[in-house]
Amino acid sequence: MYVSPLREPLVTGAKSYKDVTDDITKPMEGKPGKLWYVGLATALLALGFGGFAIYVTVWEGIGSWGLNRTIGWGWGITNFVWWVGIGHAGTFISAILLLFRQKWRTSINRSAEAMTIFAVMCAGLFPLLHMGRLPLGFFVFPYPNTRDLWVNFNSPLLWDVFAISTYFTVSLLFWYMGLIPDIASIRDRLKDGIRKQIYTVLSFGWTGSARHWSRHESMSLILAGLAAPLVLSVHSIVSMDFATSVIPGWHTTIFPPYFVAGAVFSGFAMVLTLMIITRKALNLENYITVGHVESMNKVIIATGSIVGIAYLTELFMAWYSGVVYERYAFVNRAFGPYWWAYWIMMTCNVITPQLFWFKKIRRNLAATFVISIFVNIGMWFERFVIIVTSLHRDFLPSSWAMYSPTWVEVGVYIGTFGLFFTMFFLFIRFFPVIAISEIKSVLKSSGENFIKKGGRNEK
Amino acid sequence: MAAAVVGFVLTLLGYFTGGVDGHRFWANILLNGFMVIGLTLGAGFFVAVHLIAESGWQTSIQRIAEAIGSNIWLGAIMIVPILLGAHSLYHWTHTEHLDHILQMKQGYLNMPFFILRMFIYLAGWIFLFHNIRKVSLMSDVNPDLKLFNRLRTFSGIFIVFFAITSSTSAWDWLMSIDAHWFSTLYGWYTFIGMFVNSIAVIIIFLVLLQKMGYMNHVNDEHLHDLGKYLFGFSIFWAYLWVSQYLLIWYANIPEETTYYVTRIKGFETLFYVNVIVCFVAPFFALMARGTKRKTTWLFYTAIIVFLGHWVDLYLAIMPGAVGAEHSHIGLFEIGLSVLYVAIFAFFVFKALTKGSLVPENHPYFKESFDYENIK
Repeated sequence: MYVSPLREPLVTGAKSYKDVTDDITKPMEGKPGKLWYVGLATALLALGFGGFAIYVTVWEGIGSWGLNRTIGWGWGITNFVWWVGIGHAGTFISAILLLFRQKWRTSINRSAEAMTIFAVMCAGLFPLLHMGRLPLGFFVFPYPNTRDLWVNFNSPLLWDVFAISTYFTVSLLFWYMGLIPDIASIRDRLKDGIRKQIYTVLSFGWTGSARHWSRHESMSLILAGLAAPLVLSVHSIVSMDFATSVIPGWHTTIFPPYFVAGAVFSGFAMVLTLMIITRKALNLENYITVGHVESMNKVIIATGSIVGIAYLTELFMAWYSGVVYERYAFVNRAFGPYWWAYWIMMTCNVITPQLFWFKKIRRNLAATFVISIFVNIGMWFERFVIIVTSLHRDFLPSSWAMYSPTWVEVGVYIGTFGLFFTMFFLFIRFFPVIAISEIKSVLKSSGENFIKKGGRNEK
Repeated sequence: MAAAVVGFVLTLLGYFTGGVDGHRFWANILLNGFMVIGLTLGAGFFVAVHLIAESGWQTSIQRIAEAIGSNIWLGAIMIVPILLGAHSLYHWTHTEHLDHILQMKQGYLNMPFFILRMFIYLAGWIFLFHNIRKVSLMSDVNPDLKLFNRLRTFSGIFIVFFAITSSTSAWDWLMSIDAHWFSTLYGWYTFIGMFVNSIAVIIIFLVLLQKMGYMNHVNDEHLHDLGKYLFGFSIFWAYLWVSQYLLIWYANIPEETTYYVTRIKGFETLFYVNVIVCFVAPFFALMARGTKRKTTWLFYTAIIVFLGHWVDLYLAIMPGAVGAEHSHIGLFEIGLSVLYVAIFAFFVFKALTKGSLVPENHPYFKESFDYENIK
């Protein structure tokens, strides 16, 4: 495959195939550093605190949260939507970017997919807890039963169950299937011992024969085909949790595509946050290059601008519609008691990402890191604004109310961070964070030493 | 040219025999004008977005999209006449009897501002794309990379400008026909319709040019990619269609459902035909790998999609501007569309002759001939 010499190399530092395997499997061999233990301990601590908060929630009931009759959804659903949104980057990178033949995806797809899975796990926790009694979760799955009792197929909340469980399953399969050849390489590198046995089981008898590869590749394509519409469907359906209602500020037709754009936006921000640290901590600067960061920043600015246009469209339409309730909802967002949440959202989602129009900032790691954190914050506040601000002043002024979370809600949120990072730390310890076999597939076309030679490589 | 004559004759015939009143006349002018400017803008967007995303494969067909896009001026000439018929098209222009809601909207829906906005859109689009085209043609004789970077700068500005104006122009020219009704998704829905349509038209021109013996450098992989584009964005169009319909249907607020009620009641057949032709047909026709790589399949699917988006625009305009009783597809509609399409095709072919059909100095041009779609 010919690659223009103008393109930035995707792997720097004149790597050979063996170097690639060595560099990427290095963090898994030998003892992890002190930082890793500190990180894992902190994450476990947060997880433990979250576990306690969940215990209180289940024991005491939802009454231990700060919700009231006017504001029935607070931090719980905000966090749910936020985590689901973050989970979008993985599938976007593995499916949509695959379809668009973006080779730079190979360096980040593995960890982004892992992140997706962990984020969706965190997200799933919230609706389950919100049911109040955990066994109620059993009733959202439709199956033929003797009680003649079916779930409410008309409810977008139920669609969520299907959308997210499908999404989770496909993402997990996709991620694990990509891992198999890499697990097999680790297996082959290990001397005898319990670890070798574990990796042997995990690699499903992969030998790397042509037959295996052919199956593997057609399966990737099928899963990518399945995953591409899922990228759109999941967050569209999440948006319908709001948009199908008649609540001013919720009922607006732009929600599905706008939520999807927002989800990819926040997902990429989280990938950037994690990757900038990971590449440094695991010495992977040659694989996750500044060029990769720049490409991700371009996705950030594209999706961020789409989100910005959606905000403006909503504002304009609220005025244009002539519906007094709609108009009030938006005035209240910007200038009501929760004005600060609105302006945090606007600043972090619409204004700061625009700095990426400057190439210097796009390629600056420190600036990218800060802006990516800003996006994470901004997108959390977006959901907070949509949920709490739209609810707190409903049609009856006598039921207007305010909402603030209790320590229990905050605790559950911190707990999901604990879960997320515990999983992530374990992941970087036991699995290769970069898809070794996929990097190798682009090495000959996009490695630095090959591009410099003129990029002409026979197929 | 023959098609133009036929179209012109049919138009006249239709006009004098079909009892075309002012409403129907101006509605058709709007329909075809918007269709043409939509095609040119969609193709312009196609060029700009690929330049800015640094894609390689599309350089082989970039000149077709460029030639279509360089006719934004033609689209402008075709859309400007609606100002003359504004009274027939937009009932908010009758300022002497506005109800309360329309009075509230007067800050946006008033003639001077409407004209000003139209002028800004058209001037911006023409200016920006004219520069893209000019620099692209310059690069044929001058392989300097600076030109490529300049192209990318203009593309960026074009996309940002277009991102805003594509929505606002759709509100102005189409949505304000049903002046009481509103939908936040409307702008994006209209945009994706014009984009899919321009991909269909790019395919049609490509096949026509190949029949004439040009563009022989285009291979199966390029066809496959164009097929994927048509397939993928037809699905995306359907996604937006469903999003808008489902949410309005579900919430069931009379102010919003009225839009669909008038369409389902007065235009029932077309309402369903629209979805079938714009979504179901390309979905099944292009699902297989093989069909995307076959010129004839791709060509006829593209024509079907093109007709489908004509119906889509018909449904957007007629119910509000003409009404169910008075609108039907007669000789006048067909004739005028044939006329407009013929003029459009004439100028696109003319634009194609103005430069080489292959942008040889495009830095990613060679990439376009050394890649394969996964099996």
